[in-house]
Amino acid sequence: MIEAINISKSFDGKEVLKHISATFQKGQTNLIIGQSGSGKTVFLKTLVGLHQPNAGDVFYDSRNFIAMKEKEKNKLRQEIGMLFQGGALFDSQTVEENVRFPLDMFTGMTLDERRERANFCLNRVNLRNVNNLFPSEISGGMQKRVAIARAIALNPKYLFCDEPNSGLDPKTSIVIDELIQEITKEYDITTIINTHDMNSVMGIGEYIIFIHNGEKHWEGSSNDIFGSDNKELNDFVFASKLFQKIRNC
Amino acid sequence: MGILFHFGRYALFIRSVFSKPDKYKIFFRRIVDEMVQLGISSIGIVTIISFFIGAVVTLQTAYNLYSHMPIIPGYVVSLVTRDSVLLEFASTLICLILAGKVGSHVASEIGTMRVTEQIDALDLMGINSANYLVLPKVLGLMIMVPFLSILSMAVGIFGGWISGAVTGAVLSADYIQGIVYAFVPFFIVHSIVKSVVFAFIITSIAGYCGYYTSGGSLEVGRSSTQAVVQSSIWILVFDLILTKLLLP
Ligand SMILES: Nc1ncnc2c1ncn2[C@@H]1O[C@H](COP(=O)(O)OP(=O)(O)O)[C@@H](O)[C@H]1O
Ligand SMILES: [Mg+2]
Repeated sequence: MIEAINISKSFDGKEVLKHISATFQKGQTNLIIGQSGSGKTVFLKTLVGLHQPNAGDVFYDSRNFIAMKEKEKNKLRQEIGMLFQGGALFDSQTVEENVRFPLDMFTGMTLDERRERANFCLNRVNLRNVNNLFPSEISGGMQKRVAIARAIALNPKYLFCDEPNSGLDPKTSIVIDELIQEITKEYDITTIINTHDMNSVMGIGEYIIFIHNGEKHWEGSSNDIFGSDNKELNDFVFASKLFQKIRNC
Repeated sequence: MGILFHFGRYALFIRSVFSKPDKYKIFFRRIVDEMVQLGISSIGIVTIISFFIGAVVTLQTAYNLYSHMPIIPGYVVSLVTRDSVLLEFASTLICLILAGKVGSHVASEIGTMRVTEQIDALDLMGINSANYLVLPKVLGLMIMVPFLSILSMAVGIFGGWISGAVTGAVLSADYIQGIVYAFVPFFIVHSIVKSVVFAFIITSIAGYCGYYTSGGSLEVGRSSTQAVVQSSIWILVFDLILTKLLLP
């Protein structure tokens, strides 16, 4: 479980996050939704400590992350996996080296054990026979899968995904979304996903918070989302013709 | 932003670059990689440039000396060539070339890693990204640059010999006599010390410029340009300081 309490963050006096609080349970896919520029990425990066909040606290299973010393933070970070928006694979390393990287850095496993674990993770995301290719040699969907494999290499308790299906076609998007949800259930992970894709919201939104201009406007599940009377949320949800049609029938 | 801001941030950056590596085995392997990537791969350009510099310096020296003082013995030309190459060209000029080649490469590599969130990925794992990425480059080039400098000396002097002999500006025997005449071995040390300092300047400034890139590919290009401009300027500043300090 991850609790964010009253998180605020500004850059050069510009307020990007305004007093956001939320509780994300484990074993379910928690979604942060909102349009581009609403502050989703900044919020996610603040939760994992890549940005320092101006105010507020973050608790990982009751451990106060913000108050920790750098050393303790680094230790906790090994329980965190993150899927960045562009994949953020190391482009000088092969697929296998990418997945093995956290194992190389943080475990005392032998090379064979690390290889085996990397292959296990790659199999888990349904990737085979790509071990020796470089990130630039595989498709966007495959890059995302490799990034997921790297994120789960150390058996994380917490998984963060920043727009996991940006740049992917609708079909691949669903595959990636479902993969993340499966992994979340399988390993009982606390997963937080940023998205602006309504298909993801309907597909895997178990708990959803809606951010608009850095403020939390709404929270709930995908079943409640059509019934809300929040104007900004409705503008977001019914932005596409498809969802307008759904509303009208 | 002000120059003071950059000085301060550069100092903090250097401090985190020079902290203890997370895993020594990986660290040493990364140094060897960078020695190849930054050092070995520069052998070609260093050789070509040194040859031509040596050749041109010899011809110009011969032209200048003979046109003003026709009685000057031939070996003086190669003596002047030798000392120019040893004192200045094999360190400062070669490092200015490396500032262009290595500096832009390092800044764009690290800048790209910044804008594609690869650096965030490292930080997220709890790895000191500045140390992991930049220290092997700094040490790798500092280790390799003395060899490049010595190579440049040898090739430069050889280039002068060839051009002198081919054009008839300096007789072969005179040239060789001048190379060994009044030779000061300390000049070689001087050049190596300078080039090691310059290697530090190039890689650390390029690393800094890349590391603090924000935005997209346009900004990566800008960082890369900044790296070349800034490291060239600081090479020249330190050339002046070190020459004053090292030479009596
Ligand atoms: N490092 C930064 N410095 C200054 N402003 C930033 C920084 N990162 C993000 N912002 C600003 O914060 C706002 C929210 O950005 P972001 O969280 O990336 O939005 P999104 O919801 O699309 O992920 C944007 O207006 C952006 O310009
Ligand atoms: Mg974003």
